[in-house]
Amino acid sequence: MNDERKALPPLLIHRSSFRVHRSSFLLALIVFVVLLYGVIYPNLHVLTASLQTNGEWSLDNYRQILSQRSTFEAALSSVWLSLLTVLFCALIGVSLAFLFERYTFPGRGLFGTLAALPLVLPPLVGTIAFIFLCGESGILARFVQWLFGLKSAPWTLKGWTALLIFHTYTMYPFFYVLTGAGLRRIDAGLAEAARSLGAKPFRVLYRVVLPQLTPSLIAAALLTFMTSMASFSAPLLFGGDVRVLTLEIYNARQGGDPTAALTLTVILAIISLAALIFFQRYEGTRRFAAAAMKGATRSRRPVSSGRARLLATLCAVVFTVLLALPVATLVLVSFARDGAWTTQTLPPAYTLENYARILTQPEAGSVFVNSLLMSGVAALFAFVWSFCVAAVARGRRTFSRRLISLLVLLPWALPGTVVAVTIAESYGEANPLTGSFILVGTFWILPVIYFLRFMPIVVRAVQASIEQMDASLEEAAGSLGAGGWMRFWRVRLPLVWPGAVAGTLLAFVIALGEYVASVIVFVPSNQPVSIKIASEMRYFNLGTAAAYGVVLILLIAAAMLAAGRLERRRGWDSGTGG
Amino acid sequence: MSFLSLKNISKRYNGSAAVADLSLDVNRNEFFGLLGPSGCGKTTTLRMIAGLETPDTGRIEFDGRDITELSPERRGFGMVFQNYALFPHLNVFENVAFGLRARKREKAEVRDRVRDALALVQLPGFERRPVTELSGGQQQRVAIARAIAIEPALLLFDEPLSNLDVTLREETRGELRGLVSKLGLTAVYVTHDQEEAFALCDRISVMSEGRALQTGEPRALYERPALASVARFLGRNNLILARRLTSSDEPVGKFKTIEGGHTLTVPVERSALGPLNKNCTLAIRPEHIIITKESSAPAENTLSAEVRAINFAGATTGVLLDADGLALEALLVRPDNLGVGDSCAVHLLPNRIIILGMRE
Repeated sequence: MNDERKALPPLLIHRSSFRVHRSSFLLALIVFVVLLYGVIYPNLHVLTASLQTNGEWSLDNYRQILSQRSTFEAALSSVWLSLLTVLFCALIGVSLAFLFERYTFPGRGLFGTLAALPLVLPPLVGTIAFIFLCGESGILARFVQWLFGLKSAPWTLKGWTALLIFHTYTMYPFFYVLTGAGLRRIDAGLAEAARSLGAKPFRVLYRVVLPQLTPSLIAAALLTFMTSMASFSAPLLFGGDVRVLTLEIYNARQGGDPTAALTLTVILAIISLAALIFFQRYEGTRRFAAAAMKGATRSRRPVSSGRARLLATLCAVVFTVLLALPVATLVLVSFARDGAWTTQTLPPAYTLENYARILTQPEAGSVFVNSLLMSGVAALFAFVWSFCVAAVARGRRTFSRRLISLLVLLPWALPGTVVAVTIAESYGEANPLTGSFILVGTFWILPVIYFLRFMPIVVRAVQASIEQMDASLEEAAGSLGAGGWMRFWRVRLPLVWPGAVAGTLLAFVIALGEYVASVIVFVPSNQPVSIKIASEMRYFNLGTAAAYGVVLILLIAAAMLAAGRLERRRGWDSGTGG
Repeated sequence: MSFLSLKNISKRYNGSAAVADLSLDVNRNEFFGLLGPSGCGKTTTLRMIAGLETPDTGRIEFDGRDITELSPERRGFGMVFQNYALFPHLNVFENVAFGLRARKREKAEVRDRVRDALALVQLPGFERRPVTELSGGQQQRVAIARAIAIEPALLLFDEPLSNLDVTLREETRGELRGLVSKLGLTAVYVTHDQEEAFALCDRISVMSEGRALQTGEPRALYERPALASVARFLGRNNLILARRLTSSDEPVGKFKTIEGGHTLTVPVERSALGPLNKNCTLAIRPEHIIITKESSAPAENTLSAEVRAINFAGATTGVLLDADGLALEALLVRPDNLGVGDSCAVHLLPNRIIILGMRE
């Protein structure tokens, strides 16, 4: 403090500005340390390790990996698979969004909600449900075999076709949900203006509606592409001889070649980041300023003619049945006695034993306790963390703010396999020089990875809620004499609460069924549910595996219902400032 | 010594100046207005007084102390926001009590002060209502009650009436004025509505492009605007470009209008002298132009003109006139037997004509 200030009359000013300074400094320090140890260090560690052979800097690892045909094949099939997945998901998701957003017919609300369902199905559970239904010894295959009296299964659920069908089934909701939201935002008056200027319906769609949807479509394509690049359960269980990068990394680690795993990890990370940058660049060029929405007209048209109405309803029903079939199969199989279902179309013997075991046997139920605990811890930290990030990253768009946003987003952009490998490689042994410590083999490894992978979801939710909040509310609180803590507890937290909790619940739900990263670093004494399901599948305890899956889905549904209630409770958002 | 004083403050956003070298003085117990078109920097000025923004340069002094860097919660000023900024998750009582709780007041005192504040804004018994279920006018009153409950050292208003409909606005305006003088408060009031500013404020500063153009009492501003921009902003005005004909030390000046070439006579104060043969702007209010049907003998400041349009506006009627190329607007209370195309005589009251300064 300089002399000029000391000369001023003793106001509270100096102490107060110091205090504000100290607490915001503390927050910035927390954010910095977490990002340093959670994001910067592990990624740099893996990158440098991949560039070293026997302690010397060299490109040998890359030379060796890239000289193998299999690497190219894996990278190429990962990218091809993702591109095709985007294509098919766009076809189905966009058509459905138009059907449900633009027309009304009986049951629209219910089917519309159901269509987004695969979004919360854990990939591993979806995969096994798919195997039970469509696999070569699944219900459908057996049914067709029985119908036509074939000697062997009519198809094998393996390879490209299987992967594409499964990916489309699980990932089309990205397109469905985002296109639907985009359609709801579009001012229907614009389409009407185009019609009044003489444009035919197809021209309106092509020249007016689609250009406005572009941001939604790009966002959906990005999400689909990244999810598909990171897909692991499906290639593992029915990829057949299709090599993808996630699987190669896992195999290299299991096969005792950590250097190859590291190098492949870097390659996968680079492809994912390149895709992210590409999509975001493109998105940046296609943004439209939101036009005034005053007097926007209704955009939903009732399907009026009896036959069309019937057709639309029929489509919706058929589609919903298709959607629900895998889950229904899972429920059916969960009641099957282990080992009894061999060559029959449907499981022959049913029992409640699978559920009874989960409820009564401590070691069977303990995986749920483990998963709930680890996901809960991760979600709780993510919740607190999001407010720290929001507090530090507010204000002007400075370089440091952009850097923080980038680092926060990074673990989300990287496939789960990459995050798991980087953390496992960086925290395998204590290193006083870099300040690294042991996480591998401890309880904390999975909560830390869950936190890193899913905290971007919570940060986004909290930041969105804060942006929606009227900034003058906190200013009003300040002018009424409320200090930083009171502004946080009495104004910001209560107002952001519903959105923040909904985001946290979503992260919690996704962490609950996490498999991709868990399978790489889980501790046998502390298995999550997904690992248990996979191991039951390996022993052909199909009923037990399905029962675990059903309980997991029920837990997720409960959490999502709670989140939905919170969303609806935000009635006051629109009520102020009349 | 002035109560609140802004000394050469400026604030820039993204390179463009929102407030540029502004100096203002507000006296104790004064209702002070900041008037100007949107984007003139008046809200930014108010926010800097409140402490929500920090000026890039300059100082703000309050009651003899430098408060330029003081955080808003330590200033003890009450502020009424344009959108009211009521806490949607709290009821009326908790909203009004918010500032008192921040000051850790006793429970009983909080209850009494909230009750008194609500009584003052005529919302007694509204304590348990959720603020989201109130009408716009009621929300407005709660916002005022919340600001006065903390017994503010200074009360700041950011266009508080702009979201109300016309009748309610005029009603609330009167109550607000009564409330502030009853409590003996000092207020700074931001608005773009000159009628509102005139009705409420003891003194007004007319702002444009981040600067204060003219500061004074409403009547003085209205009758003697110093600049063309002030004259244009404060109500309707006929601005006449003219050239000065007479030398500058006479008590009466003669001007020749650029359009129409009429000669006008204007009393000139010695202090407001202008250079000979230079262009300047004269201003006369429409209500100070008198129309007579038949042109009698040519008299001083009387021009013959033709009626171009008649705009009926309720209590008054605007008449657009053309005097040989000079467009004029007159305001009449009874525009009887005057029709479009009629010719008439127009008299410009000499002592109502103002010579405006041009801004450098």
